[in-house]
Amino acid sequence: MSARTYRYIGTRPIRHDGLDKVTGRANYGADFTLPGLLQGVVVRSPHAHARIVSIETQAAEAVPGVKAVITGKDIPETSARLALGAEGAFDLHDIGDNLMAHGKALYEGHAVAAVAATSIDAAREAAKLVRVVYEPLEPVMSIERAIAPDAPILHADMVTKGRPLPGTTGPTNIAGRMELKRGDVDQAFAGADVVVEREFRTSTVHQGYIEPHACVARSGEDGQILVWCSTQGGFIARDFCALILGIDAARIKVIPSEIGGGFGGKIPVYLEPVAIVLSHKAGRPVKMVMSRSEVFRASGPTSGTRIRMKLGAKRDGTIVAAQASLWYEAGAYRGSPSGAGAMCCLASYAIPNFFVEAHDVVVNKPKVAAYRAPGSPMATFATESLVDEVARAIGMDPIELRLKNAVAEGDHAPYGPVYGPIGLKQVLEAARAHPHWSAPLGPSQGRGVACGFWFNAGLSSSATVTLNGDGSAGVVTGNPDIGGTRVAQAMMVAEELGIPVERVRPSVADTDTAGYTDLTGGSRVCYATGMAVIRAAQDIAEQLRSRAATIWNVDRDRVAWEPGRPGRVIALDESPDGSVRPPLTIVELASKMAQTGGPIVGRAAVNAPMAGPGFAAHICDLDVDKETGRSTVARYTAIQDVGKAVHPSFVEGQMQGGAAQGIGWALNEEYIYDADGVMENAGFLDYRMPVASDLPMIDTVLVEVANPLHPYGVRGVGEVPIVPPLAAVANAMRDATGVRFTELPLSPSRVLEGLGTIAKG
Amino acid sequence: MLSIRYEAPRSIAEAIHLLASDPGAHVLAGGTDLLVQFRAGAKQPSAFIDVKRIPDLVGISLDTNGLRLGAATPAAAICEHAELGRLWPGLVEAVHLIGSAQIQGRGSVGGNLCNASPAADTTSALIADRAECVIAGPGGERVVPAERFCTGPGTTILRRDELLVAVVLPRPPARTADAYFRLIPRSEMDIAVAGAGASVTLDASGTCTAARVAVGAVAPTALLVDAAGQALIGTRLDEATLSLAAAAASAAARPISDKRGTAAYRRHVVGVLAKRAIVSAAARARER
Ligand SMILES: Cc1cc2nc3c(=O)[nH]c(=O)nc-3n(C[C@H](O)[C@H](O)[C@H](O)COP(=O)(O)OP(=O)(O)OC[C@H]3O[C@@H](n4cnc5c(N)ncnc54)[C@H](O)[C@@H]3O)c2cc1C
Repeated sequence: MSARTYRYIGTRPIRHDGLDKVTGRANYGADFTLPGLLQGVVVRSPHAHARIVSIETQAAEAVPGVKAVITGKDIPETSARLALGAEGAFDLHDIGDNLMAHGKALYEGHAVAAVAATSIDAAREAAKLVRVVYEPLEPVMSIERAIAPDAPILHADMVTKGRPLPGTTGPTNIAGRMELKRGDVDQAFAGADVVVEREFRTSTVHQGYIEPHACVARSGEDGQILVWCSTQGGFIARDFCALILGIDAARIKVIPSEIGGGFGGKIPVYLEPVAIVLSHKAGRPVKMVMSRSEVFRASGPTSGTRIRMKLGAKRDGTIVAAQASLWYEAGAYRGSPSGAGAMCCLASYAIPNFFVEAHDVVVNKPKVAAYRAPGSPMATFATESLVDEVARAIGMDPIELRLKNAVAEGDHAPYGPVYGPIGLKQVLEAARAHPHWSAPLGPSQGRGVACGFWFNAGLSSSATVTLNGDGSAGVVTGNPDIGGTRVAQAMMVAEELGIPVERVRPSVADTDTAGYTDLTGGSRVCYATGMAVIRAAQDIAEQLRSRAATIWNVDRDRVAWEPGRPGRVIALDESPDGSVRPPLTIVELASKMAQTGGPIVGRAAVNAPMAGPGFAAHICDLDVDKETGRSTVARYTAIQDVGKAVHPSFVEGQMQGGAAQGIGWALNEEYIYDADGVMENAGFLDYRMPVASDLPMIDTVLVEVANPLHPYGVRGVGEVPIVPPLAAVANAMRDATGVRFTELPLSPSRVLEGLGTIAKG
Repeated sequence: MLSIRYEAPRSIAEAIHLLASDPGAHVLAGGTDLLVQFRAGAKQPSAFIDVKRIPDLVGISLDTNGLRLGAATPAAAICEHAELGRLWPGLVEAVHLIGSAQIQGRGSVGGNLCNASPAADTTSALIADRAECVIAGPGGERVVPAERFCTGPGTTILRRDELLVAVVLPRPPARTADAYFRLIPRSEMDIAVAGAGASVTLDASGTCTAARVAVGAVAPTALLVDAAGQALIGTRLDEATLSLAAAAASAAARPISDKRGTAAYRRHVVGVLAKRAIVSAAARARER
């Protein structure tokens, strides 16, 4: 594999969808329209926690132009589950109740009713007239409150899944608990030379994708349903709608639009089933578009967390023991990524003894959704802060310490399997060798380093490649293109068939057109869907061999495929008259398609149960104004094992984007709630994601340790880069100020509180 | 369903008439506050009275007495005016902080004042620069100092049928300069957690002979902090004096804790900003 030289893989062609996107021609979720389109508006709970006593809709229905009003009664309560891969599954009861509250509003912004009308103004006016009587309940806004003995219980029937805390009886807000262990932790801590322990906290944060959720749904008289939406997966959106509404999947066609970011947040459905039900009731198509405020209040951010962690090490830097107690807020329904946090937080180091417990806790905040490496950044923030403390305690260079403990091929991952070829050591060596690591710091600056891990996913994908008569080709897959996967797929076809990338047209198809494909997520598209694309292209090459065999009237195994430029078929034997047969190029064979057997279509479907794990190390220089507590990232370098970079620009883009989001999480992003559990900063003005001018150009180093599971060595790259920044920034803050901050975000007031300049409050 | 009138009067009198005859009418300058509030449902005007076509409200005129700045003059025009940047670098800095290039193409100093946000960036700078507000109403014109213009968050001394026409600034005397600093957690596109403007006059020996310090986002309105200015006069702005002025700014602050920062943080940081503004203004004054 390593011997293979590539013609297209590793180059940087212009993406096929680029011009449409920069000129505004591309169609996003809110860009669709149909004749007779109605506008849908959701009525949302102003209370964080309340029993719904009654809902009256007559006044709303009487507003001129209103064609349908629905409430929770119109969304059936289902007990169905939707499997994802071998282990994962979505609880559709909860997703259905999250779409529209049935008995209780569980967070401020929870949908309680929806209206469709001929104009957005009429819909809004009607929405105001939906009379909901609430019996407000005490909102549960923190883990502390949720687990207090006298806490209000969100779900009367909730029991702890997994390994409940001993003594748990009756209903609880602890939705789940799991343990991971290895060796003898107590003994190992007793034998450690250095033990460091801290409690860490991170806030609820949002993915902050630029494009709000949007869809158009049309439910026909014939029971056929069409949905246009911005989603991370046409098939998952279709299956969610089908299962929640109890409709055959064959009756629903989902056409995914271009997508303006998702990061995991566009895996669930929020609007689509509601729009279908409204359309069904109104007999007309319905469009629904969230405002930014609705996106913040009623889509899926990721967990706020509280983590207690302890590390023990020998004076030579060997980490001998780790203990952690992870508490993750799930939002209103079970399902925080606490388990993933537990599996990820020690994955970078070979630690012989550990005990990790992870808790999934429901609170009156929106139901969390996946967010880039879900669960890993928060727990890794704790680990990497403590590794920094160990390095300080024993006076060892922090990269040296990490190298000493870093996992390598053959080590057991804390979550079970044995690692194959992985690149953490190479990444750390590249970090140490990078000029950034040895560059002098300014007087008010500090430097931090941190590592990160993410599993990456495989799952199921299909691809179809069609050869055109002129030797160009089309490739069709079912993954909405978030990170440049279309051009990567075209490059794979180009590589296999030896035709220029520009002569391959990649397209993202709807659920009627593409073969079944799991969602765009888990950093899986370039890897798993890529594998299907490569095989579909190879299927074409095989068919070309057959066609040449027919033309030459020889046995198929006497012809070989040469993926040259252009790709061609060569005869292994001379012709009967002793002459050498000139090779047949793909272009020639394509032109003879009709005479040699008809269309040439390659197809492949793969199920990739595993993926190659990804590791990264980030270096951050932080400039801290100690008088104001304000800090600025002065320099930032992201180093990552990317397996094989198919299109290096997009790999670098993923690394920079992940770093930018992680820096935002570390410095200023947080959900701010008032005493009643109402979100106070549901907009980009006060939910402070970094703007372009906040960040320096983020330098990237691509380390390529081939993943043997993939023909080119590709591994997922999109999620790992959000894992290290939280601790990289906090470690830089420690270096700059001498103070260890354990609570994020490191907003200016929190920094001055930590420095003792001002009182906490 | 929703119907709103749009009017674009060509004279102050016409505008005042329109305002007087419709209690639901709102003045529209750049709209960068008003239209956002309208879309958010916070304001429901029955009419927009666009004042950008009234010649008296748009334009920059500078003479030996000072500056007359039309209330609806777009921020971008102020930022691009070289002479303004030379005479009032602090005010221009404050104007330049508003939003982005797009926002500055529309947003105005008059709108910034009339919107009466305690965090408005230009208000503290205007107060430090001894600006006066020229107001027109049915009974004619009146003039009030900038520090008396806003009366609380979102409220001003303007009556329903009055219009801010211009702000006027006296020409700075010799060795006088201004500066404005604000604290936002990000680098742009954010609202001041606290802000401070200063204007400092030095004599030939470097002794401060006049000074004004104003602070924003730390009270219901931007405040003129007399004690901070007084502390500077007669000194050579040594470290101890600067600390006194900073302490005076902090003491004058009556901040709240909200999503943008805690009261303790604001009180502290407004002192830091006041000191930085004084130091910067003095450095500029020395160069004149
Ligand atoms: C993205 C963005 C970023 C921003 N950043 C900043 C910032 O950094 N700092 C800052 O201070 N502000 C900021 N703002 C707020 C706003 O841009 C400024 O306050 C701007 O100066 C308002 O001017 P305008 O002409 O657009 O006012 P408008 O929105 O037209 O008017 C504002 C208010 O004043 C009234 N009004 C306007 N002119 C007059 C007049 N002549 N007489 C009587 N009443 C009048 C209007 O009726 C309205 O109530 C930002 C706004 C946005 C949207």
